[in-house]
Amino acid sequence: MRSPFFATPPATTMPDAAAYALRLGDDALVLSHRLAEWVAHAPELEEDVALANISLDLLGQARALLAYAGAVEGAGRDEDALAYLRDDRAFTNMQLVELPRGDFGLTIARQLLFSTYQRMLYARLAASSDETLAGIAAKAEKEVAYHVDHATQWTLRLGEGTAGSHARMRAGLVAVWPYADELFEADPLTDRLAAEGVGVDPSCLRGEWDAAVDGVLREATLERPEVRPAAGGGRRGLHTEHLGHLLAEMQSLHRAHPGVTW
Amino acid sequence: MLQLEFDERVAADDRVEPRDWMPDAYRSTLIRQIAQHAHSEIIGMQPEGNWITRAPSLKRKAILIAKVQDEAGHGLYLYSAAETLGVDRDELVELLLAGRQKYSSIFNYPTLTWADIGAIGWLVDGAAITNQVPLCRCSYGPYARAMVRICKEESFHQRQGFEILYTLGHGTPGQKAMAQDAVDRWWWPSLMMFGPPDAASTHTGQSTAWKIKRFGNDELRQRFVDMTVPQADALGLALPDDGIAWNAERGHYDFTEPDYAELTAVIEGNGPCNAERIAVRRAAHEDGAWVREAAAAYAAKRAGREAA
Amino acid sequence: MNRSDWPLWEVFVRARRGLSHQHVGSLHAPDAAMALRNARDVYTRRNEGVSIWVVPAAAIHASSPDEKDPFFTPAADKVYRHPTFYPVPEGVEHL
Repeated sequence: MRSPFFATPPATTMPDAAAYALRLGDDALVLSHRLAEWVAHAPELEEDVALANISLDLLGQARALLAYAGAVEGAGRDEDALAYLRDDRAFTNMQLVELPRGDFGLTIARQLLFSTYQRMLYARLAASSDETLAGIAAKAEKEVAYHVDHATQWTLRLGEGTAGSHARMRAGLVAVWPYADELFEADPLTDRLAAEGVGVDPSCLRGEWDAAVDGVLREATLERPEVRPAAGGGRRGLHTEHLGHLLAEMQSLHRAHPGVTW
Repeated sequence: MLQLEFDERVAADDRVEPRDWMPDAYRSTLIRQIAQHAHSEIIGMQPEGNWITRAPSLKRKAILIAKVQDEAGHGLYLYSAAETLGVDRDELVELLLAGRQKYSSIFNYPTLTWADIGAIGWLVDGAAITNQVPLCRCSYGPYARAMVRICKEESFHQRQGFEILYTLGHGTPGQKAMAQDAVDRWWWPSLMMFGPPDAASTHTGQSTAWKIKRFGNDELRQRFVDMTVPQADALGLALPDDGIAWNAERGHYDFTEPDYAELTAVIEGNGPCNAERIAVRRAAHEDGAWVREAAAAYAAKRAGREAA
Repeated sequence: MNRSDWPLWEVFVRARRGLSHQHVGSLHAPDAAMALRNARDVYTRRNEGVSIWVVPAAAIHASSPDEKDPFFTPAADKVYRHPTFYPVPEGVEHL
């Protein structure tokens, strides 16, 4: 027998649309958390404000997506129940977003990879036959266009700025690149939803994404790192060890007082 | 002649603008005060930022991120006002990190529980607003304009704090105890935010004459107490002062003065978190140096290329 | 090299169509592109604007207070440029 890390994914117990909204919501929730960790620690005050803005955009997307997942599921779970009362094995975000924030080079490298992907995803999802998902995606796409711009501007500056910043930006790319393949992994859920016109087949974003990211890297005098892809598995609830710590912190207070109002 | 023009302008409640002649002492007083105010916003991001990653609901998390973000923005507005007086933000940050300029001593207290986020919003921001509203009419134009903007944005800060405490105060016994504990810890430092009594304050007299400051410390402190006591009742929480009682003769609440020796000790660096607050700020500044250098180098290269 | 290599930019925001840009404050940024983005984040967090200008502070030439008299007093006595200069008979509207 294979271990779960190398096995085919188990069937999800949620309705497809709920499981799908949950995935995208988890991505936004976890990345928002990582970006919020920068607030009060950014390289410059203006950047504290910028990173907080991006974090807030993602948190807003997460809330809308989680609330929708809970509504479609119909089991009485709201956004907070889904965010605070699931264990890490039930989180379905991609591993890329849970990696520790690292230095500014790593943060920008991740933002470049993720926001470029997310913008392409939302642009297609805005045409979903599911009106709620389409609405969330249409609003979010405008926000993410700004995130792409932010990541692009900083990639150019770090890549071409000084020898030191170039090295750090490259190190950031090396650290996050192994997690890039997971962005484009299709599975039975996305296959079904793409066929129904509800969801997006992530594998079809790859070519456009490659071209966009390569273009920015080239202008920034950077190159794609040659790295071995990570094992992946975030969509199946298989995470790096980092997510458990993130959730332990994020959920501690909420779980210490079960069932109360905040 | 110039002095006379300045005096007349201030007396007429007109605004002093950056390129006007002004006495050196007026300029240096403003730089010190505006910088201290800006530093307070920036250092103040830390105690609240401490709870962003643990906020107990997604709504609270969003509100808290937005609030801490506002503080960064307010710091920027204020540094921007200070820079109109001929100093560079970099110099001011260096003075802060070297301990040669102060920030509000309130931020040297730790945020131990979630309820502290409520207490900071309600009491600390409440006290700050009481101090700041008169500054909107300060004689120095750029400072007054920055304060108008800040006061407008800050009105949500106090309300969200009140709402946090109201929810906790009307929640489980555990939540209510958490709220009461936070109010007990933040009440006295909040009263200290108005500074020492006027009789002992070194800056009040001249600042009032220059219309930088419009009211004395004692008057503002009283205004804050009068505003806060009824709000505490609405929260169902007690203020930790048995001496609070309505004084019909004065038309104000009587209250016990905080221990100003504690204020002095905290200002002098002996608060619970002084060293940590500066260390965190310094680390962010130093860790970010390579990013700032990279951006400057990139801009220089681009400018060179365009010129070529 | 330190942060002072990030020059100061003055920020002007057009609150809505039909209004002119108004000075709102300043910020530091390495170049115009970043200055615009920072201005968007810092000065329009609450939908305060539909358009932003950033101008290097060093590029602004101001009339000095010493020039105050010749610069501005000639305008002060031309009250006929203001509509309130003209009395309107009682009962006359829409004028």
